[in-house]
Amino acid sequence: MADIKVNNLNLWYADFQALINVNAHFREKQITAMIGPSGCGKSTLLRVFNRMNDLIEGVRVNGEVIIDAENIISEKTDLVDLRKKVGMVFQRPNPFPLSIYENIVFGQRVHTEGLTRDKLDEVVEDSLKSVLLWDELKDKLNKSALTLSLEQKQRLCIARLIAVRPEVLLMDEPCSTLDPQATSRIEELMRELKHNYTILIVTHNMQQAARVSDETGFMLLGELVEFGKTQDIFTSPKDKRTEDYITGRYG
Amino acid sequence: MRNTQRSQKIAFFFLFLATLLIVIPVGLIVVIIIQKGWPAINWQFLTDIPRQGMRAGGIFPAIVGTFYLVLGAIIFALPIGLLAAIYLSEYAKDNILNRIIKLAIINLSGVPSVVYGLFGLALFVVFFKFGASILSGSLTLGIMILPIIITTSREALESVPQSFREVSLSLGASKWQTIRHIVLPNAIPGILTGTILGLGRAAGETAPILFTVAAFYLPQLPKSIFDQAMALPYHLYVISTQVPNVDEKIRYGTALVLLTLVLFMNLIAIIIRYNFRKKKKW
Repeated sequence: MADIKVNNLNLWYADFQALINVNAHFREKQITAMIGPSGCGKSTLLRVFNRMNDLIEGVRVNGEVIIDAENIISEKTDLVDLRKKVGMVFQRPNPFPLSIYENIVFGQRVHTEGLTRDKLDEVVEDSLKSVLLWDELKDKLNKSALTLSLEQKQRLCIARLIAVRPEVLLMDEPCSTLDPQATSRIEELMRELKHNYTILIVTHNMQQAARVSDETGFMLLGELVEFGKTQDIFTSPKDKRTEDYITGRYG
Repeated sequence: MRNTQRSQKIAFFFLFLATLLIVIPVGLIVVIIIQKGWPAINWQFLTDIPRQGMRAGGIFPAIVGTFYLVLGAIIFALPIGLLAAIYLSEYAKDNILNRIIKLAIINLSGVPSVVYGLFGLALFVVFFKFGASILSGSLTLGIMILPIIITTSREALESVPQSFREVSLSLGASKWQTIRHIVLPNAIPGILTGTILGLGRAAGETAPILFTVAAFYLPQLPKSIFDQAMALPYHLYVISTQVPNVDEKIRYGTALVLLTLVLFMNLIAIIIRYNFRKKKKW
């Protein structure tokens, strides 16, 4: 299990500074929510932790992000190892156009050579059980994952990630395409999962942050304005800007 | 009001006329070739060698020659074209040099085929001393269809959603694993379609094989890739213009076989594309 320490983190897209001197500590076995208006840098921050920003040309980063005693923004970081440890759930459920089974074992197939069918079966069962899909899907594992409902797809994506045995789950607005019932069931799942993972969720939905998270960070224009216990942020924010945002004055 | 309706009617009439002008000649060509060529088609025509100075017998060596040439062209062009397409779509940075390369490849497909023929003559026949042979002809045809294969393969690769690549990378797969397990499998139908269209083009061209492989009259099958061979388009040219007193139905029969071959390949491409579109859900 791993926590994440962020020290003086700055990030630029070409000339635009998207993250300004961010300091934070994301604890393990809990859910931390990042809230803030569109374009405040919350997704960018999330994508620093598994280095997905590397895919964009012209990104520069400095500062420190410590995961397991290693500064993961250094040039020397092994991205494959990092991404096995720090996995991501995306905004839109995005299963591969493969069977349910093949979606889940994808990580195993690329990371480990010559796994036996028994071993893979076990991974599939464990992963689907941990996202509470096993009973629903155990008889149709060879069906295309594209036939599932949106909620099932998002659960499958979480299962696909869990199959890689990560320590940190980054969730980038994981419920924004789901209806309210599905959203509350995914939140329920997140509360289950937090006993075994460090979970970070980015959300534009303040109620969701309030419902599901233990700690909350409020970001504005690239700065982490306030960070603390969710209860404190929502009931007695210290910063005027945080108060304005959660009372709905902008955003 | 009445004026606008009238001008609309006139506009529709001319648009329809233009469409008709395109469709009618194509239809006529097909109809005339079938009408005049069908009587020549029989088992002997398809399986016998030409006899009596190509005025009788069959066209079997030309069919076989075209088959070998197309096969050779694809063995050469598909791997190289696919690798180039993968490089251009997945690895090449978006800079001026690579943009020029992409533009050049697109323009290459507009180069007249006789220029490829001359190039093949200079490079493969003379410089590499392969002589006029199936090898030289296949390589020349291969170079001619490379731009088609690269362009369509690149489009197929680029049409695979970016999110698939992101997810695969985020699960810790390397870039190459992502391409091999996720991008390529989803691009295969598009790549196949482009390849088959390229094959159809290779089967039908005369100019590139004129100097590099085609035999005027060779009533036997080639024994190795260093032999000359007859080929359908060139054979058609020969019996239509170079040999006097060839029965019309033999000429049109040859044209019909060539046309059928090319249309058949295009049909396969269309079927593959159709099935792919039906299955595609993202």
